[in-house]
Amino acid sequence: MARMNMIQAINSAMDVAMGRDPKVVVFGEDVGYFGGVFRCTAGLQKKYGKQRCFDAPISEGGILGAAVGMGVYGLRPVVEIQFADYIYPAFDQLVSEAARLRYRSAGGFTAPLTVRTPCGGGIFGGQTHSQSPEAIFTHVCGLTTVMPSNPYDAKGLLLAAIEDDDPVIFFEPKRIYNGPFDGHHDRPLTPWSKHELGEVPEEYYTVPLGKAKILRPGEKVTVIAYGTMVHVCLAAAEESGVDAEVIDLRSLLPLDLDTLVESVKKTGRCVVVHEATKTCGYGAELVSLIQEHCFYHLEAPIERVTGWDTPYPHAYEWDYFPGPKRVAQALKKVLED
Amino acid sequence: MSRAPLQLHIPEPKARPGGVTDFSGLRIPPAGVLARPAVDAPSEQLRDYAYGLIRVLDDQGRAVGDWDPKLDADTLRLGLRHMLLTREFDERMVKLQRQGKTSFYIKCTGEEAVAVAQAMALDAGDMLFPSYRQQGLLVARGCPLVRLMNQIFSNTRDPLKGRQLPIMYSEPDYGFFSISGNLGTQYPQAVGWAMASAYSGDTRIAAAWVGDGTTAEADFHYALTFATVYQAPVVLNVVNNQWAISSFQGIAGGERTTFAARAVGYGLPALRVDGNDFLAVYAATAWAAERARSNHGATLIELYTYRAAPHSTSDDPAGYRPADEASLWPLGDPVERLKQHLISLGEWDEQRHATLLAELAEEVMSQLKEATSYGTLGNPPPNDPGSMFEDVLKEIPGRLVMQREQMLALREGN
Repeated sequence: MARMNMIQAINSAMDVAMGRDPKVVVFGEDVGYFGGVFRCTAGLQKKYGKQRCFDAPISEGGILGAAVGMGVYGLRPVVEIQFADYIYPAFDQLVSEAARLRYRSAGGFTAPLTVRTPCGGGIFGGQTHSQSPEAIFTHVCGLTTVMPSNPYDAKGLLLAAIEDDDPVIFFEPKRIYNGPFDGHHDRPLTPWSKHELGEVPEEYYTVPLGKAKILRPGEKVTVIAYGTMVHVCLAAAEESGVDAEVIDLRSLLPLDLDTLVESVKKTGRCVVVHEATKTCGYGAELVSLIQEHCFYHLEAPIERVTGWDTPYPHAYEWDYFPGPKRVAQALKKVLED
Repeated sequence: MSRAPLQLHIPEPKARPGGVTDFSGLRIPPAGVLARPAVDAPSEQLRDYAYGLIRVLDDQGRAVGDWDPKLDADTLRLGLRHMLLTREFDERMVKLQRQGKTSFYIKCTGEEAVAVAQAMALDAGDMLFPSYRQQGLLVARGCPLVRLMNQIFSNTRDPLKGRQLPIMYSEPDYGFFSISGNLGTQYPQAVGWAMASAYSGDTRIAAAWVGDGTTAEADFHYALTFATVYQAPVVLNVVNNQWAISSFQGIAGGERTTFAARAVGYGLPALRVDGNDFLAVYAATAWAAERARSNHGATLIELYTYRAAPHSTSDDPAGYRPADEASLWPLGDPVERLKQHLISLGEWDEQRHATLLAELAEEVMSQLKEATSYGTLGNPPPNDPGSMFEDVLKEIPGRLVMQREQMLALREGN
């Protein structure tokens, strides 16, 4: 066991995967010699050689196109898109190609690739370093969408993603790379080294895709979140005094519906939280599923706390970011309804 | 200072319906004038090849010059056979589309030399990333026509289980990558496959095809950038058949330069080739393949040809180009030209040709008889609609199991 932050855990996952399987290759913009703008691939080129971890042209469509071809050959490419905000030029390759290849070829060709990409706000990243585009990908048949909230899960989920035989979009909330951020931007950040989930095995292990985790058991309301918002929700539960059950989805698709349904049937109330914009966000799918599966157990309308339906603004970061105050407000509201 | 107002330029083809296309302005150099460079020549020494035109067969059907691949008569006859079989297959499939046996078809008439000669010049293990107009690759690699027909009919033996639009074949056993409807996506994928082959210390190379219109897609640029950066062992083909549905090649950017010339800016060698000259296509492909296999990286080949057929069975070219344009095309017909070459060698004659045509028609009909015994579009309806939920992912996820149950219950009227 070692203490690792998210960056070190993600780095360790790739290190372990490359050590185990020569078919794993890592590439993207600045990921080779330099080790990545967030240091996630630091040391990998030196350890495994230039041909296994290398720099790519600034061409997200090219990176994904090449990765699909490598996957078809039989490699397991792990590619990085520097910011999730810049994944759109690769959208055609992801949606029209990687996601559909197995289906359209009736299993004749597959693309077992992993796309790592830092996402989310709370860092004064403005419009193009803050986005949370997960709902765009959960709408695509054939893609698996994952977002960890801590170093232990980040390593285990990334290893599971790399081993998965279908394409996985692995979102890394950059706000919690160094420590769990609960939305209190005016307080100093606690580093992962002081957090129990910063305890990460150095060797191989996996966290299964499609399994949620209850981070805080509770009786009165179920809170469904993922990524950075998990920590905001935990803070909101403490500060509001509401006995909330906080669930970290970890995988958005496949979704661990059983854990959600069981919890909501117990509590009778539900708040769905994400950073992404509200309209047609992933929260809408969660609300719809809970309504469908828990209708007769619901004691109040399901609440959503999300980013506003605007592009992510620079100067209004903390009015935009759904912080613990807004989540606490929603927790109290569903109890009053 | 007063200036004349700016004017937006919109390229126009030489002639529209009712007009007569004048091809006399096309610069078609004689056969045999270009030298065949060494396969390891630096790309900066090869720039002229992006603007010239490699031709082997002259107007009398003789093979002349440095690029003559010196194929034996059996190989030439096999090439002729593959081209004729491809043409016969196309003709038959269009008739079946007109009879409602399938929803859609795309011919490659006039472009048979491209796919057939290229397939024959590449090794069996090389991976092909085609567009939808290279059915000759499958014919030349010996893929049974009945497999293609089954896919076209979406019948009970369809290798793609009725999921794909007709002609979007996928034949892993023949090194033929799954065709996508999204244009150009296969180009960077071929580069990635070639990079993987090089990474793995393999000796196989990749080849990819796009049309002139698709060169305007971003994927074309991605592929050339990655191919040059990583010196990928790939042959990147641009089939310039002058037309992208109704848009002439000037709309894709071909008005003032060649498509081969685009490679020059990337530092890649490019060969511009008479696409209706079987020998020239074969020789250029063999050169590019040898260059790739010797670790000298990628080559772009522009295959200069003419789309003699409608774009697809959903298209009527009479709406945008003169009806007789194909017959005026100065590079002629690839099948006729190879036939004349074989005749001039004393290795073929009209009687053998007529016998071969009858034999190929019989072959297509016999495979068609088998394919139709497995059904045609909707007749009988496919017997396993539940299979539509398979292969979205390796394992069928729970939500799709539920959706399959719902769908099957609806079919049974529950």
